[in-house]
Amino acid sequence: MNFRRLWSVVRKEVAQLRRDRRTLVTMLTLPVVQLVLYGYLNSEVLHQPTAVWDQSASAESRAFLAALENTRYFSVRYRVRNLREMESLLDAGRAKVGVVVPRDYGERVRTGRAASLLVVVDASDATSARVLLQVAQALGVRISQDLQVRALARRGQRPPPPPVEVRTRAWYNPDLRSQVFIVPGVLGAVMQFVTTFLTLGTIVRERELGTFEQLVVTPVRPAELMLGKLLPLVGLAYFNLTFILLVAWAWFGVTVKGSWVLLYVLTFAFFFSSLGLGTLISTVSRTFLQAAQLAQAILLPSILLSGFLFPRESLPPFLQYVGLAIPLTYYVTVIRGIYIKGVGLEHLWPQVLALLALGIVVFGAAIVRFQKKLD
Amino acid sequence: MAEGVAVRAENLTRRFGEVVAVDHVSFQIREGEIWGLLGPNGAGKSTTVRMLCGILEPTEGTAEVLGLDVRHHPEAVKERVGYMSQRFSLWGDLTVLENLEFYAGVYGLHGAEARRRVCEWLERAGLADRAGDLAATLPGGFRQRLALGCAVLHRPALLFLDEPTSGVDPLSRRDFWELIHSFAEEGTTVVVTTHAMDEAEHCDRLAFLYGGRIIAQGPPAEIKRTRMEGVVLEVQTDRPVEALRAVEGHPSVREAGLHGAALHVTVGAAEAASELLEFLQAQGVPVSGVLPAVPSLEDVFVSLVETLEGSR
Repeated sequence: MNFRRLWSVVRKEVAQLRRDRRTLVTMLTLPVVQLVLYGYLNSEVLHQPTAVWDQSASAESRAFLAALENTRYFSVRYRVRNLREMESLLDAGRAKVGVVVPRDYGERVRTGRAASLLVVVDASDATSARVLLQVAQALGVRISQDLQVRALARRGQRPPPPPVEVRTRAWYNPDLRSQVFIVPGVLGAVMQFVTTFLTLGTIVRERELGTFEQLVVTPVRPAELMLGKLLPLVGLAYFNLTFILLVAWAWFGVTVKGSWVLLYVLTFAFFFSSLGLGTLISTVSRTFLQAAQLAQAILLPSILLSGFLFPRESLPPFLQYVGLAIPLTYYVTVIRGIYIKGVGLEHLWPQVLALLALGIVVFGAAIVRFQKKLD
Repeated sequence: MAEGVAVRAENLTRRFGEVVAVDHVSFQIREGEIWGLLGPNGAGKSTTVRMLCGILEPTEGTAEVLGLDVRHHPEAVKERVGYMSQRFSLWGDLTVLENLEFYAGVYGLHGAEARRRVCEWLERAGLADRAGDLAATLPGGFRQRLALGCAVLHRPALLFLDEPTSGVDPLSRRDFWELIHSFAEEGTTVVVTTHAMDEAEHCDRLAFLYGGRIIAQGPPAEIKRTRMEGVVLEVQTDRPVEALRAVEGHPSVREAGLHGAALHVTVGAAEAASELLEFLQAQGVPVSGVLPAVPSLEDVFVSLVETLEGSR
């Protein structure tokens, strides 16, 4: 390793990056766009359009509908007068939920007799239907309890304690803000994208330009060339990390709970493996287009399998294993650990080791591949 | 290293799968000479040069460059030679100065020395006014001189130029050859590949490469004198195209081609001259004379290839 040669490569790359306005602008706008998109795009199923056929038109039925809307999951948009109308709204997809209140609902509730209601859910999307059904059922249970308590109170009695009480606490994110979970994940995904995207061109661009041949005849060593190309990118990636952290704080009010320093230090392990992956793609590709396609093929599953959006545990075992080959999988754990839980290396070392090991593998492969290509 | 020998190649061979790109070539290049590797596209010129630069491993044979075996010491060879590829591989998004500074750095130059050599080259190549321009905006001739600068800043003892004048206008071409001659005078050995026969006249010695084999080598004058099969006659006429069409059918003409304003005709013996003159006059082509001429390199090359193809 000759530092003078390394420095020459670094200077050349910095000069080229400085003139590459398009890349720099992408680096700044992409994180904001992604953060905002994913930050608001959450997995909650709120304000579902609801059609109501209220045949009872009583104080009790109005109370039920008000309670339904108060859950924020349902939003009464349509009042219908028969089943056919409700059906056509659901068929057209304009309503996702239908509620039918029978004529005698108010009367039965007032007199303490068993009353029933019908809640119909469009279950084309099973995930959100499941949520809506649970919320509707839970609402029924709560209203029933309230009515019982009130009935007992009228007779001067107290309700018996429930046989089993489940007490719940939401740790780390007590307000259950989905952004607290999503924003660090997006940070990881964006960093994965940015680092891969930046390294894609490193080798293959020179090859396309014909400058590669010229570089090969100089005394510059493959390791010097690679390191010289990657160092400025590491700087740029750290700049980007800082930028995203600031946007997350300013826009969503999400702040780092743990150590900033640790976040920056451990991020290096991630850069090591993700830059290595990009470099490997760049060395095996013949054209930039090919490299970009290959990167696409790797980035897309990495978003789905890393646990950045969906919990990895719910994936089938095979896909979980595939996820283990993706740097983002480990980084998402690291970054959520520091960001949300405020934990340190004592819990995160397995992920860091995995990132380093992955980095050694991909970089090793890239260097082997690179040297072969000199011939 | 033997006294005065810059490159010694013996049975140098390179195969790409089934294809033999370079087939057992042997030659010696003397220190301080301009040595030309001449041949059509695909003859194996670039492959030969790449092997000599240490970036392509020979399949067979040996090559010693500046006393170093290219197979065993490719890195040491790279430090001592300069190489300019036919694509003038520059970074268009770097300025002239930045391109030069980069190569100065990777060849281990630094500080005041690097600056001095870069400035010297900017002056010598007439690039001083363009130092801050992006390389992509330069016209061909400037690009070529910039690429040459990148290859010689570290003052290599041996300079490889692969098709250095392709895509460059004639005026820049002449300036370029002046630069090459000045290098040779300063003691640099220069290896040039080209398919332009007229350029080969600039070389002290040259080798004809055809189908991966050397079919002739030596100084241009000697090659012309000794390797010409048959005799070249120059037909002096105002209507060379018409004359060319007429002689092509004549039985004693082996080969005919335009050569500048005149017509070169290759025949078996000088006696055919008068016969040809009569023939052309009988055809109604105005001819002022048919005289023996010094063959051009192109004449020699064509006749060598014809002989070779004929014997197969």
